[in-house]
Amino acid sequence: MMGPISALGRWVRESVTNAGFATRTFLALLATTPGLLRRPRLVTDQVHFIGNYSLVIIGVSGLFVGFVLGLQGYYTLNRYGSEEALGLLVALSLTRELGPVVTALLFAGRAGTSLTAEIGLMKAGEQLAAMEMMAVNPLQRVVAPRFWAGVIAMPLLAAIFSAVGVVGGYIVGVLMIGVDEGAFWSQMQAGVDVWKDIANGVIKSVVFGFAVTFTALFQGYEAQPTPEGVARATTRTVVIASLTVLWLDFLLTALMFD
Amino acid sequence: MQRKSLDLWVGLFVLLGAAALFFLAMKAGNMSALSFEKTYPVVTKFDNIGGLKPRAPVKSAGVVVGRVGDIRFDDKSYQAVVTLEIESSYKFPKDTSAKILTSGLLGEQYIGLEAGGDTNNLVAGDRIKMTQSAVVLESLISQFLYSKAAEGKESEK
Repeated sequence: MMGPISALGRWVRESVTNAGFATRTFLALLATTPGLLRRPRLVTDQVHFIGNYSLVIIGVSGLFVGFVLGLQGYYTLNRYGSEEALGLLVALSLTRELGPVVTALLFAGRAGTSLTAEIGLMKAGEQLAAMEMMAVNPLQRVVAPRFWAGVIAMPLLAAIFSAVGVVGGYIVGVLMIGVDEGAFWSQMQAGVDVWKDIANGVIKSVVFGFAVTFTALFQGYEAQPTPEGVARATTRTVVIASLTVLWLDFLLTALMFD
Repeated sequence: MQRKSLDLWVGLFVLLGAAALFFLAMKAGNMSALSFEKTYPVVTKFDNIGGLKPRAPVKSAGVVVGRVGDIRFDDKSYQAVVTLEIESSYKFPKDTSAKILTSGLLGEQYIGLEAGGDTNNLVAGDRIKMTQSAVVLESLISQFLYSKAAEGKESEK
């Protein structure tokens, strides 16, 4: 009888402790940022690792999501005799929703896991402890550059995803199915608002960049310093980051597009 | 040397991202339609604006000459007060009339301006007095049904 209740109590206590600890780490991370401005090279290196290497998967996924949106959108719109609205449908779904969300999910899988594994292994190999011994703050030297690189790369990747997706929709809709090209673009331009749709999508992707990168780094930083611990931390990164992205997306959508 | 090529790749990545955003804004969005030309406000009152939204186009002879500014409700006259932002390069006579029209059968609604014959032009803050409300499908159908019913009664007599 008392077992489940005390288990619940323990779970609540641990969650509160974890949340507090994550917040403190986050603030400590932000506090080290001014020092980072003196060594921007550290961030550039990580942008290369996180951003450039994710380009292929983001570009190819964007193209195929665009293809599928073109096919499925045409199938549905054709029933109402309004295939001309295909451009609008493709562009709105990509800029408002699919661009930021799918990019963030892929980003968690492609870049987030590598960040967690890298930092977890550094911790397991006691490299982080060694840095502290040399009076180097590992938060500033290792974690902060990766964090800001993720925050910079994520919105850029989401924009590339959406743009490639629109081109994909164009290829399927106009070049393959034969929707009128003028109507495709003009309906899109009439219906997509730069501030309400595109800028809000960018804001979403920035928020997701913060959430995914921080989750990945925190999981790596807090991993059990064993091979098994690093493996578990990597799995947790994908699960927690994906769920965070999805509920943040719901929250942001409800706030932005009331 | 290796540093330089890495910097080049990062720079290319950032440029690619910026280009993607620019493409979305110009080609997919309405950035190219956003004009930074100066506008002057003209006030109109409508009995019913239907589904008119802020930033809907204001057209004259089918050409976009401005945008709908804000839409408010006037609780004195119980009418909708619509502010039109007309581009300064276009002048309209004082007796111009405004209609709420729909593009296509179920498309978006816009405001159509029809120029009158007055020699004086509208200036900022003027009011367009002649307006025609949006066509509401329900009232159109009910009018049609009433007239049908009336016809039926007349033929019985």
